[in-house]
Amino acid sequence: MRFFKYLVSTDHKVIGLLYAGTSLCFLLIGFALVLVMRWQLAYPGEPVPLVGGLFGVANAPGGIVLPEFYNQLGAMHGTIMVFLGVVPLAVGAFGNYLVPLQVGAHDMAFPRLNLGSYWFYLAGGLVMLASFFVTGGAANNGWTSYAPLSDLAPGHGQTLWLVGMGLIIVSSLLGAINVITTIVQLRAPGLTWFRLPFFVWAQFITSFLLLLAFPALQAAAILQGMDRLVGTSFFLPSGLAVSGQALNVAGGGSALLWQHLFWFLAHPEVYVLILPALGIVAEVIANNTRKPLWGYRSMVYSVFVLGFLSFIVWAHHMFLTGMGTTISAFFQATTMIISIPSVIILSALMLSLYGGSIRFTTPMLFALGFLPMFGIGGLTGLPLGLATTDVPLHDTTYVVGHFHYLVAPGTLFALFAGIYYWFPLATGRMMNDLLGRVHFVGSLVCMNLIFMPMFVQGLAGVNRRLWDGGEQYAHAQSVLSLNVTMSMAAFGLAFFQLFFMVNLFMSLRGGRVVGANPWQATTLEWSTESSVRAYRDPYVYSLPGAAADFVPQDQPAEPS
Amino acid sequence: MADGLVAHVDSHEHGEAHHPDLQHHFETLGQQHEAATLGMWVFLVTEVMFFGGLLMAYLLYRVWYPEAWAEGSLELDIVLGGFNTVVLIGSSLTMALAVRAAQTGLPKATVRWLLLTMALGLTFLVVKFFEYKHKWDLNHIPGENFTFEGPHAPQVEIFISLYFALTGLHALHMVIGFGILSVITWMAHRKRFTPEWSTPVELSGLYWHFVDIVWIFLFPLLYLVDRVHQLN
Repeated sequence: MRFFKYLVSTDHKVIGLLYAGTSLCFLLIGFALVLVMRWQLAYPGEPVPLVGGLFGVANAPGGIVLPEFYNQLGAMHGTIMVFLGVVPLAVGAFGNYLVPLQVGAHDMAFPRLNLGSYWFYLAGGLVMLASFFVTGGAANNGWTSYAPLSDLAPGHGQTLWLVGMGLIIVSSLLGAINVITTIVQLRAPGLTWFRLPFFVWAQFITSFLLLLAFPALQAAAILQGMDRLVGTSFFLPSGLAVSGQALNVAGGGSALLWQHLFWFLAHPEVYVLILPALGIVAEVIANNTRKPLWGYRSMVYSVFVLGFLSFIVWAHHMFLTGMGTTISAFFQATTMIISIPSVIILSALMLSLYGGSIRFTTPMLFALGFLPMFGIGGLTGLPLGLATTDVPLHDTTYVVGHFHYLVAPGTLFALFAGIYYWFPLATGRMMNDLLGRVHFVGSLVCMNLIFMPMFVQGLAGVNRRLWDGGEQYAHAQSVLSLNVTMSMAAFGLAFFQLFFMVNLFMSLRGGRVVGANPWQATTLEWSTESSVRAYRDPYVYSLPGAAADFVPQDQPAEPS
Repeated sequence: MADGLVAHVDSHEHGEAHHPDLQHHFETLGQQHEAATLGMWVFLVTEVMFFGGLLMAYLLYRVWYPEAWAEGSLELDIVLGGFNTVVLIGSSLTMALAVRAAQTGLPKATVRWLLLTMALGLTFLVVKFFEYKHKWDLNHIPGENFTFEGPHAPQVEIFISLYFALTGLHALHMVIGFGILSVITWMAHRKRFTPEWSTPVELSGLYWHFVDIVWIFLFPLLYLVDRVHQLN
């Protein structure tokens, strides 16, 4: 009964924690899916140990993963991780919990919409999970759902994917409306725009990205739904044949239209994954270096430029679709340009470390791990953004390595940093430091062992989405053994996540009880006043002549 | 709008801090009004992007199949479409008058104008239903049973598909708007709106006008796209 009360609360903190709990569950589910995939890649055709019998005869007879089931796992791993795991955790959980506190508001601007947003998210997630149990299983057309494959996919998995996405999109849009309105209208007195913590800026721009990008996919999903259910042919070209049989569809549609509409969403979406992470890292770094952020204003301007440019780079995912060199050149140029603000932000974060007396707390370790990992992910993206080098690299495991470096040891590390950092704010208790450090070191090593070999395989030309991990290909033989390395590292990563899970649950009950501001932070979320007023910039640390090495934003100026 | 805000702020300063409609997390009714209005506009931005995505599909196929577009648009009933356009523009006027009545504290007039707006919206939907029914009778519904006599039948099917997608989603927005106005009318009847607090009426007005504007785009894009050949 008490749990039900939480499900209908309109308090932004409760909704934020609901988002956090739900999205962590989805992260775990998405991770579990990939563990099955990694087993299959390392030992193709061998029965999955322990859990192989659970998948049913249709998916894995004798515990051996069928190619169709492998495709389901791949498509749903991507979908769950991006749309149900990382974004809800970064935006729904951290955004909901922290943005009102950091701007000194009593709640989000529209509390009931906020609760509605969570329900739509939960419904979308449950629809996605339910799709595993319908005839033909879940969607198996990749997380990108490219037409015409997805249009023609038998069974109801793909249709449910569209329904689930529709619900998730509504959820994100309601959340974005709320965040934008809250930041614009509900800032505390004295909290001018350039006194906002960088995290708030990141959430602000993120919300605009969600707001402007997601409706395009909503429209595309409706068109694809019509293709599947009504018999229209928006994404079905003429002259299609499946298994040698000509298809009885009107044709005349454009498969590429789906790709354009999808990537018009999905490229801004990758910045939705990254910007909140940058925001969290900025907060943790400022607090643990006991210094103001280096280049706060240039970071804010950069995040604006980043947000704008992210809308005009989408077709760099489509260099191989034959859209012509002129268009390729345009998107190649914008892609190179967008790396500039990203590098400015990352450099500013790096330079913020310089000369600080760094506290190596668990959140700081994750933030420090984030910086080089994000750097590797970003730099390996450049060859993919250049049309010429994208030709050989496209659709290889190199691409998989690239974006996983950004999202896994990148964004996820930042999210872990955020959890360790703000756990005492939500619970009044600290998470265990030793378990946190083991979690960090283990994850860092394992993540690199998983994703670094992907670059090697990809440069050797091994394609992604191969059921057997490239076993049948001559050019893959020299790098095939890396599959075992990567899979072992993936299982190791799972092992080290146990430290996090144990820590999380143990600390809820038994963590060290701390006061209101255990990190001696300056931003408003740590204030204990019910109505706050901001008197200064967000990161006033180590002010010469001040009584303490930090001056909270809401501390009135001392009478001189 | 700006004058109204000043009025809100003034009345607040004269001791109406605990207005029953003021939610706990806002300082003043003026702030609540501004936040709600901003939220509505931001929501309308998502709607623009949503219909923008659909119109992107429209643009692509129109460039690809101009002849089929001409053929297809001649299939649509310009008289009924034109009638509906007038009806919707009329409903925008009555909606604006309802907002005006709510802002000036005339609850009876507010209810009257809202009911008229809903009646016009319903008229639109009924006419739309008969247009759809006509297509159904002619087997012009996309899918396996689609039949069309003409040189570009498969491409015309795409036009008709877009016609149903665009007008169908527009009609869905009308139905939702009808639902919203029903609630607002009930609230107006219960005298919930005063010159200090009429924001819900204003916001539903914004939504209603937006749905009208979508139709102002759809009508020429679908019904009028190639009528010039008919005139010649």
